[in-house]
Amino acid sequence: MWRDAALVAGRDLRVELRSRVTTNQVAPFSVLVLILFAFALDPDRQLLERLASGLYWTAVLFAALLAISRSAAIDETDGVRDALRLSGIDPAGVFVGKAAAVAVVLLGLEVLLGVGVVVLYGVDLAGAGLVVLAALAATVAVAATGTLYGALVSGLRVRETLLPLLLLPVLAPVLIGATRAFEAALAGVPTDGWPWCGLLAGLAVLYAVAGALAYGTLLEGS
Amino acid sequence: MTSPTSTTVTGTPYGDGRAPDTPRAAGRVAPGNTGSRASRVLGILALGSIVLLVLYGLVWSPPDAEMADSVRLMYIHVPAASFLYAGCFITTVASAMWLRRRTPGWDALAGASAEISLLFAAITLGTGSLWGRPTWGTYWTWDARLTSTALLTALLVGYLALRRLDVDPTARSTRAAVLGLLLVPNVIIVNRSVEWWRSLHQRSTLVKLDPTIEGQMLVALMVGFLAVGLVFTWLLVHRFRVAWLEYQSERLDLDLALAERRAEAGHAGEARESTPA
Repeated sequence: MWRDAALVAGRDLRVELRSRVTTNQVAPFSVLVLILFAFALDPDRQLLERLASGLYWTAVLFAALLAISRSAAIDETDGVRDALRLSGIDPAGVFVGKAAAVAVVLLGLEVLLGVGVVVLYGVDLAGAGLVVLAALAATVAVAATGTLYGALVSGLRVRETLLPLLLLPVLAPVLIGATRAFEAALAGVPTDGWPWCGLLAGLAVLYAVAGALAYGTLLEGS
Repeated sequence: MTSPTSTTVTGTPYGDGRAPDTPRAAGRVAPGNTGSRASRVLGILALGSIVLLVLYGLVWSPPDAEMADSVRLMYIHVPAASFLYAGCFITTVASAMWLRRRTPGWDALAGASAEISLLFAAITLGTGSLWGRPTWGTYWTWDARLTSTALLTALLVGYLALRRLDVDPTARSTRAAVLGLLLVPNVIIVNRSVEWWRSLHQRSTLVKLDPTIEGQMLVALMVGFLAVGLVFTWLLVHRFRVAWLEYQSERLDLDLALAERRAEAGHAGEARESTPA
């Protein structure tokens, strides 16, 4: 399964690298979201700094929707789904590979957005350990959930509009947990943030297992 | 992209390729309409219990000491919320059963239950806001229960949106079943995390329902549970039967189309055999 996962992840990342959709479109879009928040909230430094955690994770979720759509779209063309089915690759491996590729893309976007938040909103970084671990757990949770739901809507004509509707309510706990953990870390009280980090880790494991189990059914049944 | 084996539905009257108007299919398994003697009795009982609920809720039970007359909304609100969760549970169980058995009945039950749950979610949120206005002074507050009910409504809307899509029925059922299977776990996760979020940030500032209700008010609440439960069951039975009929008509269309194709291809004799009258 892990070898299959590495193969699929390598393929997805190579496609991403060569098409440059993430670097040329998704990344600029996510920075644009940060700038739009500043317009909407009036660039009052203190307000933006106070809301930075929530705005950051909202921007990450929006960017994640695009990245997940991209990841699901890769399998829709040229009969890739059939090829995957016929290749004898473990469906759980396909799921883990695709989720890992999405996670790598998301981590890149998160670093970019993190720099954006520091520069644009004047956030002082603190509690690095908690920030990094919470971000990792949240990223895995988003990538796993997103890959599963991306497979649910892939191949449908309405998938661009249906994916956010299905995915965002499910990701609400991730948004809550990641925002609280970041707030605690930035406020300099990391002890408040660790329980949320635990919640994120739990969600990541849960959705990863659910996705690995359900992916085969989805791959076969459509 | 369905393989022939996955479209052959086992355990149905049509799995063997017989036309859907064979006596067994028409009489025993699939009803010709959505009414039956049992469901009519159920409907009459539901109507009777609604009359009883109106009398108990609006006339016979006293107003609450703190909430005054707005407490009467609770006789619908609390049962509706309970059956909302029951409906979600039915959807998840039916989805799991569909994934195991692949019989269309479970798919129809999951969809019917989700639709009625959405109706009950609307009733819960509507009566809740109406109650909140006089009691809390606002229609909406970021209370844990309200927030998680709103998210649950969004989950149901998403599930039903996926079911509505005009794609291959088996593919649709598979996707809907996976989504339905995740419904209750998601509801629990969302509910727990929202609860945790709110309780960490604000101590309970809201007036909680007095847990010790008694006398006529307790009777009214019990009658509420009875009435809402009967209405829920009646709606579920009928929605399920409508879904069954939809499934049947889809099969019929398919059989007709197959027969036409066969006739076109020149196998007239074979087509006559399998064409429904």
